[in-house]
Amino acid sequence: MFHFSNIVRTRGDPKLVAGGPSLKRPEDQLARALGWFSIGLGVVELFAPRRVTETLGMEGHETLVRAFGVREIMAGITSLSVEKNAGLWARVGGDGLDAAALLSGLTPDNPKKGNIVLALLMVGGIAMLDYRAAQDTRPRRPTRDARRKLYPNRSGFPKGIESVRTAAKQIAAHAAGRT
Amino acid sequence: MKALVWHGKEDIRCDTVTDPEIQDPRDAIIKVTSCAICGSDLHLFHNYIPGMLPGDIMGHETMGEVVEVGSGVDGKLKKGDRIVVPFTIICGECDQCKRGNFSVCETTNRKRHLAEKAFGHSCAGLFGYTHLTGGYPGGQAEYLRVPFADATHIKVPASIPDEQLLFLSDIFPTGWQAAVQCDIEPTDTVAIWGCGPVGQMAIRSAVLLGANQVIAIDCLPERLSMAEAGGATTIDFESESVLERLKELTDGRGPEKCIDCVGMESHVMASLPDTLLDRAKQMVMVESDRPHVLREMIYVCRPGGIISVPGVYSGFSDMLPMGAFMNKGLTMRTGQTHVNRWTDDLLHRIEEGQIDPSFVITHTVPLSQGPEMYQVFRDKRDSCIKVVLRP
Repeated sequence: MFHFSNIVRTRGDPKLVAGGPSLKRPEDQLARALGWFSIGLGVVELFAPRRVTETLGMEGHETLVRAFGVREIMAGITSLSVEKNAGLWARVGGDGLDAAALLSGLTPDNPKKGNIVLALLMVGGIAMLDYRAAQDTRPRRPTRDARRKLYPNRSGFPKGIESVRTAAKQIAAHAAGRT
Repeated sequence: MKALVWHGKEDIRCDTVTDPEIQDPRDAIIKVTSCAICGSDLHLFHNYIPGMLPGDIMGHETMGEVVEVGSGVDGKLKKGDRIVVPFTIICGECDQCKRGNFSVCETTNRKRHLAEKAFGHSCAGLFGYTHLTGGYPGGQAEYLRVPFADATHIKVPASIPDEQLLFLSDIFPTGWQAAVQCDIEPTDTVAIWGCGPVGQMAIRSAVLLGANQVIAIDCLPERLSMAEAGGATTIDFESESVLERLKELTDGRGPEKCIDCVGMESHVMASLPDTLLDRAKQMVMVESDRPHVLREMIYVCRPGGIISVPGVYSGFSDMLPMGAFMNKGLTMRTGQTHVNRWTDDLLHRIEEGQIDPSFVITHTVPLSQGPEMYQVFRDKRDSCIKVVLRP
């Protein structure tokens, strides 16, 4: 079977024949997808804020949109990192900010308020995914007060620690005597 | 054969791969009897070390039985020999090998151009690590090709079990070198940051080398209890101030010798703002390492003291207090381990019963459970300190 990674193997090195199961869970894949989505959205907000404000009928708020873009990119990078849980919670918080900003634009005189309602629905849907992914990717490290095995008898010195200390002192005394 | 294969960040799988073949007359193939997951494998697991490619076989702590030798091994190994494989691949002939600086062997890194670009010079080839160090397939597998096998091996007697010998491949000589580099004197206090496997070995090494006092710093009760069993006074950095406790334990002078067994992924805590900043910078890739331990060691080490760094750093570290380092006249010694420089002595100590390195093993599982054990080891679940895998 063809495996792409075999192309870069040095000649003679073992090549992949059959892949084993991955421990990546669906929630890890979701976190990854949300991370890339966040970066994509952030880039649009950072570099084309006018397009965003015009679509929403919120002209004049370009600086805010740019700031939101930076936030999205940071949260996206964090979601793709080892600390994905922190990134996803940052996204959940960001969804709240997005919703608040959109609600502020939902005024009777805004001719694009239909787009804002659509955007709010999208933010709500994404927020649910963010929340779900954040819940499911919580670190599985035991808490500080979790029950743990202790190893008080594992000195590693079969003859006892005092015997090692005495031997070390004798060697040091011998070395001092020689100098 | 089965092997643990890197597929990307936090994605290691037990795959079926083709068996290794003799590629050079100096090669040998071993049937792996035991291998282990090292703390530095976690840096690869987290994708913090550049130069990994999907399909790379993990593992650099390996031992086994020779099943095939190349024509150039020249009688130094034969079928049936039992060997521990040092994680540094050495030629035994270059100027650095002749000086005993095996970890900077000038011959064995087959992708030296990458290392030269990253580090200025090449270092030795390493098993199961980044392509900066040759991209050699690692030993978390059923079989391993050992390049330059006539030099890259430690012959071990049949009478001692794998568990006592396996760590001659890396963590025992690494902890030992870290302590030896400190030039320990009988009046010295040696402070050791990190009580993972290398930290545990460094503690025992400092005791064997006659340190007056050994202080071990960590936050996990199981690791601290093992450190205490080895003769260390312990500091739990989550519940007490490292700086104040070290001062208290050394009558205000500070430890003469400091050993960093933590490396580039130091613990992140809200009460230590520099660790938060490092973590943020590492995440957005403007800093590759989190050097909190180095900063703390430089600050607390007694003037004229020695700082020894066996912990792995990959690239760039910010905000190191070079003013304190220079004005206190400190010395820093570091490097990958010159494994074969130390192994004759260490094997002798194991044979004599001075030390039994198997004390550090907390989990022994079949190779097929390796991917799960990476997670267990990383998350410190089930009081995990050291995992041995049996192919």
